[in-house]
Amino acid sequence: MYAAGSESLVKQAREIQDSELLKFQNRIGKLLQGRDHGHELVDSLRRLHLILTATKYTRRLPAELQKSLASLLRSSSVEQLQVLSSAVLRETLPPPGQGRNYSHLQDHSPLTNYGAALLVSQAESISDLSALCCHLLRGLEGRPLEAAAHPHTHTLPIINTVLTHCPEVLNQDQVTLLSKKLVDWLRYASVQQGGGASSGGFFAGSRSRQPGPTAELDGSVSGDFFTVLCVGQCFSDDQWMNVYSFSVLRHWLLTYHSVADGNATGDPDTHGSVDGSVVSMVSATSSSSRLLPPRERLREKAFQYCQRLIEQSDRKAVKRTDAELQKACLVEAVCVLDCVCVEDASLVYRTFPFVKSLCGRLSSDLAFSRVLLPIAQFYLNHGETAAVDCECVWRLVFGRYPSELYNNSFLAHELLRFLRLNQGTLLLRVPEFTHSFPNLLKFLAWDSPAVVDDFVDLLPSLVTPGTAVELLHSLLDLPCLTAALFLQLRSSCYPITEPGGRGLTSLEAFRSPSYRGLFLFLLRAEAGAGDTIDRLGTLHELLVEAADWPRVVQCAQTVPVLLHIYFNAVVTVADDKLLSQLILVLLDRSSLILNIPNYTKEIHRVFSFHLLKLCKLRPSLVVNQSHELMDLAGSTINVYSKEDLFTHVVWVLGEHLSMSCDSRCSVELITSCFEGLEAVLFEITSSAPPPEQPCPAPRVITSLMSALAKLASRSHDLIPRVSLFLSKLRTLSRGVSVPWCSDEEDVVAVVTRGEELWSLLKLPGVAQSVLTPPPRTTSPRWHGDTNTALALRLRALSALTNSH
Amino acid sequence: MVHSFLIHTVCPIATLASGESRILYSRVFGPEESVLTADELNSEERRLLQREKLAVVARKVRTAVSLSREAAGRVMVEVVLGEELVALQEADSGVLRLRDGDPFLGEKSALWLGVQSLGFVLVCEAHENLMLAEGTLRNLTRNCLEQLRMLGPGSEVLLKSDRIDVLLDRMLPHGQLLFLNHRFANSLEKEVTAYMAK
Repeated sequence: MYAAGSESLVKQAREIQDSELLKFQNRIGKLLQGRDHGHELVDSLRRLHLILTATKYTRRLPAELQKSLASLLRSSSVEQLQVLSSAVLRETLPPPGQGRNYSHLQDHSPLTNYGAALLVSQAESISDLSALCCHLLRGLEGRPLEAAAHPHTHTLPIINTVLTHCPEVLNQDQVTLLSKKLVDWLRYASVQQGGGASSGGFFAGSRSRQPGPTAELDGSVSGDFFTVLCVGQCFSDDQWMNVYSFSVLRHWLLTYHSVADGNATGDPDTHGSVDGSVVSMVSATSSSSRLLPPRERLREKAFQYCQRLIEQSDRKAVKRTDAELQKACLVEAVCVLDCVCVEDASLVYRTFPFVKSLCGRLSSDLAFSRVLLPIAQFYLNHGETAAVDCECVWRLVFGRYPSELYNNSFLAHELLRFLRLNQGTLLLRVPEFTHSFPNLLKFLAWDSPAVVDDFVDLLPSLVTPGTAVELLHSLLDLPCLTAALFLQLRSSCYPITEPGGRGLTSLEAFRSPSYRGLFLFLLRAEAGAGDTIDRLGTLHELLVEAADWPRVVQCAQTVPVLLHIYFNAVVTVADDKLLSQLILVLLDRSSLILNIPNYTKEIHRVFSFHLLKLCKLRPSLVVNQSHELMDLAGSTINVYSKEDLFTHVVWVLGEHLSMSCDSRCSVELITSCFEGLEAVLFEITSSAPPPEQPCPAPRVITSLMSALAKLASRSHDLIPRVSLFLSKLRTLSRGVSVPWCSDEEDVVAVVTRGEELWSLLKLPGVAQSVLTPPPRTTSPRWHGDTNTALALRLRALSALTNSH
Repeated sequence: MVHSFLIHTVCPIATLASGESRILYSRVFGPEESVLTADELNSEERRLLQREKLAVVARKVRTAVSLSREAAGRVMVEVVLGEELVALQEADSGVLRLRDGDPFLGEKSALWLGVQSLGFVLVCEAHENLMLAEGTLRNLTRNCLEQLRMLGPGSEVLLKSDRIDVLLDRMLPHGQLLFLNHRFANSLEKEVTAYMAK
């Protein structure tokens, strides 16, 4: 598709010399001055456009050329020249100095679409946009419609674009005018087919033929007012405006009809109707709506329009694209109804029956899943007001959709967005939310790169004390879930026996009854059945071939990030008991991870980081879990298989196993821990590492030495034992190779550290205060502490007095 | 409201670093973002910023397309001129969340369609009707593929970009998504075809 020819064109355009460009621009200038605006001009303008867009730096055109192009845009009736001049001018900067922007384009009405596009893109300030909107709205008031196709149609899109960026651009009168116009176009568009424009009919008699009424999408004649779901041979102008009005309606309502909009100079009655205690059940009926002020009238007409759309969507459309449009209209209609009900709570009672029956109609059809999401939002916003049971919706949102439609990327995006925006409310009102994480994680497991960003925001809400442990296990096994989902999909798409196909052992395992339970646990919909399964190791073995499936690898890359978020969230909600449990899980799972390259290492890194953090936060955890921590630290194989985690466990033991951290820490405990670590240190420094294992990093050895020194400083009987080892280390002279370290500089570093510790331990009292400092000194209080504060105060005063 | 429409490469380009994308067509609807904030940039700097933001989006979509294709594990089938509908059916699609500030002001959603070696992107406001946007994007892509003969080796997309402008003017005027049933859509497409014939 994108060939070398195109790339060389771009290169030429980027590298054009300034002199050549100037010559080219002058040629164009001459062509413009001549009256012949033929093919050569078109071609040249196209090339000029390419040159201007080829680099990211903007060029300026010569002022003369700019003026000629502006006048071409204004005066030409050939659409191609309008398009090209607008495009070229858009890519350059407005002329400097007088006449900064192109507002003189507006002096010659009608303003073409391309002229308006230029004005919008070149606007320098809000007042420019304001002036443009005024001009457009003046065109709406009173002037009769011209014979040209769609003269006013672009007014609404332009205003809508401007409103997206600055809602304050229209004043109250303009808002009222547009509200009235919108009401007319939405509700009172003609129901006869437009007969003006030629439908390309072969026979001359088309002009004399009477246009019939418009039809519905299933072919039957329209029985009510015109909407976007009505068809005809061709359309009149007000029918076009009907389409445009509905297209901008939701944004218009959101911009100007929000309840919180304190600047609204609408009726005070509208605010009164939101009062909780006296909500009027008798809302204005359509017959009396003519008496309502413009805002309320628009609301009422919007309500009727959406009601009609919902009815029309029940018809079976003949064309597939129309069926898709019906779904989009349903989504929009429910959103508009939601807006309208948020503004006027009394409309909830009229609206709910429609929405409820719509929900009932669509809930069993997975093809309409994306329509159910705005309905869910509606239920969340107004379900309490109307005292309606919302269970059926939550069962779909948290149950059926994630388990069956996890591979629909658009649904995933919209559902997760819905959850993200409503987290607070869902946490309060919908208990299924926090218990459905096994289901919600399916979106993440299937397409991690696309939705991980949503989960970064969503995960903290899913961390609750009751489900934290199960959630941790689920996160660690997320790649397994990916593999299981893939197998589930394959299993349902392909026949039981694939003739001659490549058999996946994991697929056979998936289908075999003896392993079914394992997979069913992974694919469960709700939390609460158990934290994890006993035969997790078996499951990992069954899925070993999945380790290089791209989806599984992508998923594995997102897990460490989510674990960080998990741990940061869990410390805010967990008590000591839960944190102890988590440390146990951490230690257990460190050897029970699906074997994907780099995955284990990354998980260990995250574990190490958070172990450190947790123990620093709650030092008594170390004493609580000393037994399990020692199990890991006392076993030499772990030095080689879990180096990172081992180092950190040793560190936390050395740092926090003391009486000042927890009074339950006894001398026996310190001694037994010491002995365990001593044994490991002796073992790794007395012989070479096992075959095929690299030497342990120097950090491991120094951490062990430091930990032993710290423990010894707390129980002085142990000091001689450490000192003996450290003094032996000192005897290692330069140049001697040791079996446990391959790099000479590393050996020097280790030996140096050993010397420091040895000299420190010669003075037990000093060693104790250095290696086991009281908590006071490790959390400085800066200005709160009299001693340190003095220096700070003096410095501040001198800075103030010396500033002159 | 659609913020912008982009067409860019999603295949490796020899003259660019890997992961980089060449933008073949870009159109931003609406005024420049930084005009309305208090940024003290002159107009050149504003333009540059806007183009760089679009380049960021193109890069993100390129990554998303390649990750999606890798995960799906499908083999790319070469499609030629005349097989536009097949190409569209085979296309990968998805939607990316663009956080507030990364790179645009306010959260946005980038809908993308990866057709062979090109990506077509609509950057929409976050609360937009994505079903409608998806349908519009597919329609636009089909029209671009057909009218600009993009499945062939030519460079019309670069040299005849006014055709895309006209297409956008009808189907997505000033970035407004329209609820068009097949009759309205046919009527607009007839106008577009009449323009292309000139």
